[in-house]
Amino acid sequence: MADTTAQQISDTFRGTARGIEARTIPAFVAGEELADLADSDPRIVVLTADLAHANRTIDFAARHPERFFNVGVAEQNMVSIAAGLASTGLVPFAATFAAYLALLACEQIRTDCAYTGMPVRLLAHHSGMSLGYYGTSHHALEDLGIMRSIAELTVVCAADANELRAILRRSLDRPGPMYIRLGRGRDADVYPDVPALEIGKAIRLREGGDLTIIATGSEVRASLDAAEGLAADGVEARVVDMHTVDPLDRDEVLAAAEETGAILTVEEHNVTGGLGSAVAETLADAGARATLRRHGIHDVHVVLGPPAALYNRYRLDAVGVEAVAREVIGSHG
Amino acid sequence: MSTSSKYPPRGTPEREQLVERLRDRAKFVRLETVRLTRIAGAGHYTSTFSAAELFAALYYAELRYRPDEPDWPDRDRFVLSKGHAAIGLYPVLADVGFFDGALLDDYTRLDSSFGDHPDMRKIDGIDFSSGSLGHGLSVSVGMALGARVQGRPFRVYCMMGDGELAEGQIWEAAMAARQFELGALVGIVDRNHLSIDGDTESVMGVEPLAARFESFGWKVFQIDGHDLDEILDVFDALETAAVGPPQVVIADTVKGRGVRRMEGDREWHVGNLQGTDYDDVIAEIECGLQPLAAGGADG
Repeated sequence: MADTTAQQISDTFRGTARGIEARTIPAFVAGEELADLADSDPRIVVLTADLAHANRTIDFAARHPERFFNVGVAEQNMVSIAAGLASTGLVPFAATFAAYLALLACEQIRTDCAYTGMPVRLLAHHSGMSLGYYGTSHHALEDLGIMRSIAELTVVCAADANELRAILRRSLDRPGPMYIRLGRGRDADVYPDVPALEIGKAIRLREGGDLTIIATGSEVRASLDAAEGLAADGVEARVVDMHTVDPLDRDEVLAAAEETGAILTVEEHNVTGGLGSAVAETLADAGARATLRRHGIHDVHVVLGPPAALYNRYRLDAVGVEAVAREVIGSHG
Repeated sequence: MSTSSKYPPRGTPEREQLVERLRDRAKFVRLETVRLTRIAGAGHYTSTFSAAELFAALYYAELRYRPDEPDWPDRDRFVLSKGHAAIGLYPVLADVGFFDGALLDDYTRLDSSFGDHPDMRKIDGIDFSSGSLGHGLSVSVGMALGARVQGRPFRVYCMMGDGELAEGQIWEAAMAARQFELGALVGIVDRNHLSIDGDTESVMGVEPLAARFESFGWKVFQIDGHDLDEILDVFDALETAAVGPPQVVIADTVKGRGVRRMEGDREWHVGNLQGTDYDDVIAEIECGLQPLAAGGADG
């Protein structure tokens, strides 16, 4: 009976209870991947703030208990402790909800990690509105804008489990701090295998000459699916996984402008300050001519609902992205 | 009490020699603070004067470090959580050999490495950047955990201001230090009784401070923070086991100590001496600490 109730709650949370199709559910892999990496890299330590089960850092704790620190519900403390650990030569990964890393612990990230150049890796999970009906207190629709404005901080978004693995591996030899934005750990697959990923270099997932969809994180899968829908009508959209939001891959943005003439940015984030803003700034600075549409949340606190229903409402699922892309094609054509 | 003494016992010539040396270095801290403040045009005299004896005892007696190897992995760490007292720390770091003291002649000038708050990326001997109050104890917790993870023997000393204790993060760190049993972590509170707007107890009270730390599971020592014998004694008394309760030294001090016009006066938190006042203050500091004015400085 208890199991049934838990399943019902889980289904409701995912949106399946109302007949909305759930995404596939790869497990949260950060804990396991870091545990593997830590087998051969003694610098790796992991911290969390009372979310070891939710973010699966407990998988790391099980294998490397002496290198795992749960600081309780104290996110600011966690970030500063991570900075102190890093100052002794370690590479700390600090994991908690994106809202509490980027907003609550923002100043600790700026002052203790970025200003000091400490190689702290901030694993910001449950970003965007992936916590659904938990509400705005638990949403992070501003984090990219905030983190992007901090100097000498790398900002990366993982689209799925395999891309997260790639980012974690590449993070080990990168100097300075990184903000690594993750979804809910239930994101549909984009990469069947761990991609050959280079921080700061976008991955072109699909070729097309009519439009470029530049997406990041959770919106990469939706954008790929949207491109398939467009293709059925003969519209060929290029799809770019802009996993690194800062430093942005300027060349890829300018190539999109020159070669496709129209760009749609898609992000689970406020259109102010995030990926769309970064692309707009890049185009403006270069004097590039292109139609640009920034798609995301348009400066509102979103309504309550299960995540899948919210993606549907705000046109951030595949159907929604496809519809927005058609508007762009219409205005551009 | 620890079984072996690091310092010569009281009453011996060696001890008197050591204390005299530290007294001289505390005077040096005050004189340099006055000199550098004149270069900057304003500075935190009083927050530095309250910590002068502590700085001297730490860097000329207690801490283990190698000026010619500033990144020595086993060095003791010192985190100046009250970063606004950096003006008193820089001259010490130069004096013990981390860098050329002449660099301080451009203190706060354009492109100087030395600002009002310390930057670890620019200054050898600074173990962590500070300035934003309330962070240092958390950073120190991280350093002590780093020592444990890597099996290194160093200790971490974190100096906090008393006004700073109103920052909630301090108490998050205090909980964590106890939870992780960081015996290698030593907190030092420069209890000078004044924050910017006045007496801490009228702005945001920190008392009963010792009981508060004790209730967080810390071992607490209380001393006169201007009495070098008491400072050396408390450093001798610190437990040395890396696993155990964290320890805090609450050093009762006087903000502005050593310059009568500044003692216990909140107006001097940031200031700049002018004209003959400058010379008078230099002369006063040269005379060493005098008894406090009648009625005490801070009531």
